[in-house]
Amino acid sequence: MKVLVPVKRVIDYNVKARVKPDQTGVDLANVKMSMNPFCEIAVEEAVRMKENGVADEVVAVSIGPEKAQEQLRQALAMGADRAILVKTDAPVEPLAVAKILKAIVEQEGPELVILGKQAIDDDSNQTGQMLAALLGWPQGTFASKVEKDGAAVKVTREIDGGLQTVALEAPAVVTTDLRLNEPRYASLPNIMKAKKKPLDVKEPGDFGVDITPRLSVVKVAEPPKREAGVKVESVAELVSKLKSEAGVL
Amino acid sequence: MAVLVIAEHDNATLSDATAKVVSAATKIGGDVDVLVAGKGAGGVAEAAAKIEGVRKVLHADGDALEHRLAEALEALIVPLMDGYDAMLAAASTTGKNFAPRVAAKLDVMQISEIVAVEAPDTFVRPIYAGNAFMTVTSSDAKKIITVRTTTFAAAGDGGSASVETIDPPAGPTKSSFVGEELSKSDRPDLGAAKIVVSGGRALQSSENFEKLIEPLADQLGAAVGASRAAVDAGYISNNHQVGQTGKIVAPELYIAIGISGAIQHLAGMKDSKVIVAINKDEDAPIFQVADYGLVADLYKAIPELQDELAKVGFAKV
Ligand SMILES: Cc1cc2nc3c(=O)[nH]c(=O)nc-3n(C[C@H](O)[C@H](O)[C@H](O)COP(=O)(O)OP(=O)(O)OC[C@H]3O[C@@H](n4cnc5c(N)ncnc54)[C@H](O)[C@@H]3O)c2cc1C
Ligand SMILES: Nc1ncnc2c1ncn2[C@@H]1O[C@H](COP(=O)(O)O)[C@@H](O)[C@H]1O
Repeated sequence: MKVLVPVKRVIDYNVKARVKPDQTGVDLANVKMSMNPFCEIAVEEAVRMKENGVADEVVAVSIGPEKAQEQLRQALAMGADRAILVKTDAPVEPLAVAKILKAIVEQEGPELVILGKQAIDDDSNQTGQMLAALLGWPQGTFASKVEKDGAAVKVTREIDGGLQTVALEAPAVVTTDLRLNEPRYASLPNIMKAKKKPLDVKEPGDFGVDITPRLSVVKVAEPPKREAGVKVESVAELVSKLKSEAGVL
Repeated sequence: MAVLVIAEHDNATLSDATAKVVSAATKIGGDVDVLVAGKGAGGVAEAAAKIEGVRKVLHADGDALEHRLAEALEALIVPLMDGYDAMLAAASTTGKNFAPRVAAKLDVMQISEIVAVEAPDTFVRPIYAGNAFMTVTSSDAKKIITVRTTTFAAAGDGGSASVETIDPPAGPTKSSFVGEELSKSDRPDLGAAKIVVSGGRALQSSENFEKLIEPLADQLGAAVGASRAAVDAGYISNNHQVGQTGKIVAPELYIAIGISGAIQHLAGMKDSKVIVAINKDEDAPIFQVADYGLVADLYKAIPELQDELAKVGFAKV
């Protein structure tokens, strides 16, 4: 079975995003960029499937700038076999990402596509579901467990009330939640090996996909600021303040 | 202009998230209809008909809709959208699951987790874990939207809409329900509770969560929340996680105990009216958003807090 893993280059999760003073967006100049944490989990899951003999090839894909090669090399160092960069400097919305991924799926013929549930920059949480719909495939989103069960893929999902398990007829789309696995760190020898693994570079036009955005950004503003309050000296003072000053008890 | 709201429910009860989504829909304007898709959910349809501002309720009932899997909802909703300009659903795990499928099928970009409606085509949504608020205008003919329900007040309950039965989608789909493990609790729901008591990694074990966080929550009639670290370590189940990738809460009072205040956690609770933090590290980032901070060891502070609360009328349970 071939597994396709789309990975996104995003602001590092430890960095606090700063809004540009002219409100046109978030300042990404000189900011540390990394692989989206949910995509790392997706790569890890695919690589484990290969190690367990469930998958035979893992292909990582990223749609983004030239520099997204760094994230693809990381995926290769973690154990992916090949990578495809769909190079563009333009912002690409989830719908267009899903359309490009659909075209790649049609060329590559994977049985499973594992994506992150959400990119921590746009917080959209929609690309995987869109891809599944465009392909007419079933989906198992927010996965905390994925098992290949004959021709089916069994996915345990983190839902609002607890956990839900669904069975999907392969080929299928899975999106990862935090507790699916703990991604490995790539070892130095694997990082060196990854440099020699194949990385194809394409462009959105190669797939005939129009990436013109559907949403236009009016402005990007700072969220309402929350001022730090006071430190209280004791539990008794805390309870008294909550009761008389804040009025929440 | 007509807007279709997808009801949030468990076949037995209508979640109050629905009335909040209706209020967001009303801000877009036009006629607002509610779709109740479920199995044996007639009572839910009746309840939805009472939400103020609703023109009519569409009720689809059938086996395929029992668990509201995304594929079945897509099959049901996409054809209905011929008659609507917008579809709104709560940004719950159900809404987030099916709404993008509907959007993709209609060839439109979904607008995820809106917190405000500026105009029928213009919306505000948080990005980067709530560190920025983006206002976007959609050029798509139809709008597919998920709504962050904590920021909209619920529509009233004085309505009397008609209920119209429609056919469930013709099955089968390529996905099927196998089972679920729902955590049962008599405590209030995290999303709806007036008070939330949350514990972090500092609790060290599920026993401590049960011995310290839960009794305090029960004394206050509060819901129980947790940081990702506490959930990952297995102190409490996943549905208690508050944050960017967990639940978004905005109670009257949020008490964070032994939680450092990582941006991903703050993203889920920053809009609470009053925030209390108890942490032994006086430099913990959580204090930067707390209205009241107590620098203390939680193992000492929680029992004291229980005693002080008992003195002001909150009996220990
Ligand atoms: C993609 C991604 C998504 C994430 N999503 C979420 C999310 O939705 N929600 C979330 O919460 N996190 C999320 N995180 C994780 C987040 O970055 C933090 O790691 C997490 O919130 C830390 O949890 P914590 O505060 O309990 O633990 P820690 O950061 O370890 O903090 C423990 C705190 O307890 C204090 N403490 C220790 N002992 C005591 C004591 N005896 N008494 C009092 N205080 C004590 C310490 O001073 C410390 O401040 C996400 C991370 C990533 C990468
Ligand atoms: N530009 C991109 N390149 C590759 N994968 C992407 C891209 N954008 C989104 N994805 C995938 O879709 C997931 C969800 O992203 P989103 O829907 O934007 O929150 C990510 O975790 C990735 O797996």
